[in-house]
Amino acid sequence: MSATLNRLGLPRDAYKGAATTLCAGCGHNSITNHIVKALYELGVDPHLLAKMSGIGCSSKTPAYFVEHAHGFNGVHGRMPALTTGAQMANRKLVMMGVSGDGDTVSIGLGQFMHMVRRNVDCTYIIEDNGTYGLTKGQFSATADVGSVQKRGTVNTYQPIDPCAVALTVGCSFVARSFSGDGKQLVPLLKAAIAHRGTALLDVVSPCVTFNDHDGSTKSYSWVKDHDEQIQDVSFIPYFEEIEVDYEPGTTTDVELHDGSHLRLKKLGQDHDPTDRLGALRLIEEHREDGHLLTGLLYIDESMEDFATRERLPERPLKDLAEEELRLGREDFARLMDELA
Amino acid sequence: MNSGPKVNDLTFQAATVNGSGSQSANLVLTRAIFSMGIPVAPKNVFPSNIEGLPTWYQLRVSSRGYQARTGDPDVVVALNPTTWAADLAGVRPGGAVIHEEVYSTAGARDDVAYFPVPFAKLAKTRIQSDTLRKQLTNMIYVGVVAGLLGIPFEAIEHGIKRTFQTKPKAWQVNVDAACVGYEYWREHFSDRPIQDVLRPMSGAVDGKVLVEGNEAAALGCLMGGCTVAAWYPITPSSSLCENLIAYSDRFRIDPETGRRKIAIVQAEDELAAVGIAIGAGWAGARAMTSTSGPGISLMAEFSGLAYYAEIPVVIFDIQRIGPSTGLPTRTSQGDLGFVYTLSHGDTRHLVLLPGTVEECYELAQQAFDLADRFQTPVFVLSDLDLGMNLWMTRPFQYPARPFDRGKVLSANDLERLGGQWARYRDVDGDGVTYRTLPGTEHAAAAYFTRGSGHDDVAKYTEDAEAYARNMDRLARKLESARAAMPQPLVETGASSSTGVVAYGSTHHAVVEARDLLAERGLPVDYLRIRALPLSPAIAEFVAAHERVYVIEQNRDGQMYDLLRLGLPSDLAGRLRSVRHYDGRPIPAEAIARPLLELEEVQPVS
Repeated sequence: MSATLNRLGLPRDAYKGAATTLCAGCGHNSITNHIVKALYELGVDPHLLAKMSGIGCSSKTPAYFVEHAHGFNGVHGRMPALTTGAQMANRKLVMMGVSGDGDTVSIGLGQFMHMVRRNVDCTYIIEDNGTYGLTKGQFSATADVGSVQKRGTVNTYQPIDPCAVALTVGCSFVARSFSGDGKQLVPLLKAAIAHRGTALLDVVSPCVTFNDHDGSTKSYSWVKDHDEQIQDVSFIPYFEEIEVDYEPGTTTDVELHDGSHLRLKKLGQDHDPTDRLGALRLIEEHREDGHLLTGLLYIDESMEDFATRERLPERPLKDLAEEELRLGREDFARLMDELA
Repeated sequence: MNSGPKVNDLTFQAATVNGSGSQSANLVLTRAIFSMGIPVAPKNVFPSNIEGLPTWYQLRVSSRGYQARTGDPDVVVALNPTTWAADLAGVRPGGAVIHEEVYSTAGARDDVAYFPVPFAKLAKTRIQSDTLRKQLTNMIYVGVVAGLLGIPFEAIEHGIKRTFQTKPKAWQVNVDAACVGYEYWREHFSDRPIQDVLRPMSGAVDGKVLVEGNEAAALGCLMGGCTVAAWYPITPSSSLCENLIAYSDRFRIDPETGRRKIAIVQAEDELAAVGIAIGAGWAGARAMTSTSGPGISLMAEFSGLAYYAEIPVVIFDIQRIGPSTGLPTRTSQGDLGFVYTLSHGDTRHLVLLPGTVEECYELAQQAFDLADRFQTPVFVLSDLDLGMNLWMTRPFQYPARPFDRGKVLSANDLERLGGQWARYRDVDGDGVTYRTLPGTEHAAAAYFTRGSGHDDVAKYTEDAEAYARNMDRLARKLESARAAMPQPLVETGASSSTGVVAYGSTHHAVVEARDLLAERGLPVDYLRIRALPLSPAIAEFVAAHERVYVIEQNRDGQMYDLLRLGLPSDLAGRLRSVRHYDGRPIPAEAIARPLLELEEVQPVS
C-alpha cells in the first residue's frame, strides 16, 4: 500500500470537497481541512458519511469536504432534527453535523439541547465565531460580555456557552478547541467520530471579516493569547497498535466504543474528564478569568445512544422489507375482529 | 309516543363533567346499542380541560345509518348542575330527561318527561368502593338509560366487556353499578310510556365495526410501512401517534430480539417533529408526523424545504379551530388553503382528504406511496370529528398492492448506468427524477441536498435559468401527481340542474341531506373531492350541472375559492358556497335548509 493511501486504499483527495466560497483566512476553512485529515486518517467510508448542516457560513462547509458523501444543508437551526431522523432511518450512517454559533445557540438552541439529551449518535461541530457573517456582523449569543463589534457596539448580554449547556443536559462527549490548533482538534475529531452518542465539539473559529479586531474575544490574536489547554490530546485508532508506555498519574487513557483510545496527557489543569460537575466548574472559572479553556471537557462511554435505547435493529429501518412491516393476513383479520 | 322519539331513531345526550369517567359509560351505551344491530353515531363534545368543566356526549341512533350530527337531543341525562338549565332547554319537545333528583323542575317546561334519579344517594349507599365511586356513578345512569330505552341488560354487559376489553377486573364492578340503575328504573319508572324505543334490528350493522379516524390512520401508517414517526402532543391529533405506538408495541417488536421495527420519537416541538420525519425520509425510511393547525404553522418552513429538496414525508393534519388556544377541541376544515401552499415561495403540496374512517386507513397507506413516488410531502387532512369520534364502518381491507418506493437508484442501478445520473434531471418526462439514499455503496451515489438553489446535478447555483427550469419541472411533477391522486367519487343521475361538492367529514351530512332534499323534491347529484391538486373530473361534473353547491366547514369557503381558481370562468360562475363554521360537526339540516332556500323549493306540506 502506498503511504498516501489510507486503510480503505483511498487518497487524501478522496476526502476533499468543492472549493470553499468562504473568505480567505476564515477559521472555518481550517476546520474543513482538519475534518478532511481526521476522516482520511480514520478511513471513514465516504458512502457511509452523512454531512448535515443548518444555515450560515459554517453550514456551507459540508460542501467543502468529502464530495462523495451525501450531504444535507437544511433550514436554520434545524440540523439536529434532520440528523436525528436520518440516524433513525439508517443507524449505520456516520453522522457529522456542522453548525455555527447562531445556528446552534440562538435559533437552534432547543433542537441542540434535545438532540444532546437523546444522545443521538453524531459528531456535532460548532464553528463558533461569535458573529453573524452572512448577514454582516451582528453579535451572536456566544459573544462575551464586553466584546466589541466591528462597528464599535459593545455586547452587554451574557453569553450562552454551548459546552456548559451540553453538560447540563447530559451530553456524553464535550470538547472545545480552536480552528488554528490542528494538533488538538484532529484527535478530538477522531475521538468524536469514534464515540457512539452525541459528541459536541465547540471550535472557536475566527471570522476574519467581522470579528477579528481588537476588543473581540473570538479573534486569532485573542485566542492565541488566552488559550489554555487542559490536556495534550492524542488518538490511537482501533486498527493501530497501542503503545503502553505512558506515565501513570499524568496521562489518562479512555477507551472508546469502537476500541480506539483517547490519550490525555495532563498539561496545566488537573481535570478528570469523567467528572461532569468538575467540567462545569472549570468552564466557569476560566470564563471569569478571561481564558479560553480547550481540550476534552467530559466523556461518558457508558451512556447508550438513541438508536440503542430505542432498541432499533442493527439493520437500518429503511431496509426493512414489506413483509417485515405489514401485519400478516391472520393478524390483520384478528385485529378487525377485535374492533367489532 | 307520537311526539317523542321514534323507534331506533333518536339522539341521546349525556351532560356530565369532564374527568368524571363519563366517557366509559357513554362508550358502554354505544357498544350496547350497536350490539343490538342498531346503527350508532357518537359525538364527543368536550372542553379543553382535564377535570371539572362541562362535557357532552351525543349518541345518535339511526335506523338508516346516518352518522352526521343532529340538532336537539330526544333523551338527555343531566348530571351537571351548572349546565342543567341549558341542557333542559335543549331537549326536543316530547323528549325524556333523566336527571339528578335534587335538580329543581319546579316551573320547568312541561313538554318533556322527567325521570328524577337520586344518583348521588345511590352511589353512596350502593357502591362500596370509595375510589371508584365517582366513575361508577356514571355507570348507574347507563342502567337507567338501558331500562328507559329498552336495551337488554345482556347488551349492557357486552358493552362493558367490550369497553373494558383489556381490563377484565373492571367488568364486575361496572356490571354491578349498571345493575343499580337498571333496578332503580324497574322499581320506579317501568310503567312510564317512553320505554322500549330501541328494538333489535338485523341487516343494518352486520359485520360492521366502530373505529375512530385517528386509530384507522395509525393502522394505515402501520400497514403502509412507516418506520419513523415523530410527533408533538396536540389535540386532536395525539391519539393518532398514540395508537401507532400501541400497534407498534404489539406488531413491530421482534419476538426473538426484542428490537423495534419502528422509531417513534416524541419531539420537543413541531419544528423538530417534521424535521425528524424529513431527515428520515431523506435517508430512505417511510416517515410521518401528525399534528393539528398550530403545529402545521410551525412546519411551514420545513415543508417548503421538503418540497424544493424533493423529500418524501407524510404529514397528518387533524384539523381543529385555532390558532393558539382557539377552540382546540372543536372541529374545522379551516386549514385547507393554508396547507395546500404551506411554505414561502411557489409551492403546491399533495393533499389527501379522507371522508370516512375507512379512507383514513386507506389514504394513510397511499400517502406513503405517493410521497415516495413523487418525492414530496403528502398532507393528509382529517379533522377532530373524523379523527376522535367513533364511526361505523365495514372492516378494512387487507392492502391489495405492494409498496411503491418510487425512483430510487441502488448501487447496482448506478453500476448499470456507469455512474451516470443526475439527481434533478427529468429523464422520464414526468417531472419526477431519480434519487439515491445515503449509505448507497457506489462512488457516484452521493449528491448534496439543499433548497431551491441547485442545478440538475444538485450543485449549488444561483443561475436564473437553472432556477426557472427547475421550477417548471416541479410544476410538471405536480401535473403527473394530479393524475395519480385519488379521484373524486361521483354520484350522478339524480339531477341535471343541481350538484353538490364536498370533501372530508362533511360527507356524512351530505349523504343525509341528499335524502332529505330528495324527499322534499330536490334531488341533487354529488361529487366528493378526495385530493388536491384538483381532478379534471370536477370540471366535467360542474359542466353537467347548472348550479353546484360547495359545502365545507370553514368561514371563507376555502375549497370554493380553489375551485373558482381552478375552473374555466364559465364554469366557475356555476359555483355557490355553503359553509358551516361554529366548531360543531355540520348537520344535514345545515345543507338541506340553505339549498331549499337558494333553489326556491316550496316546502312539501
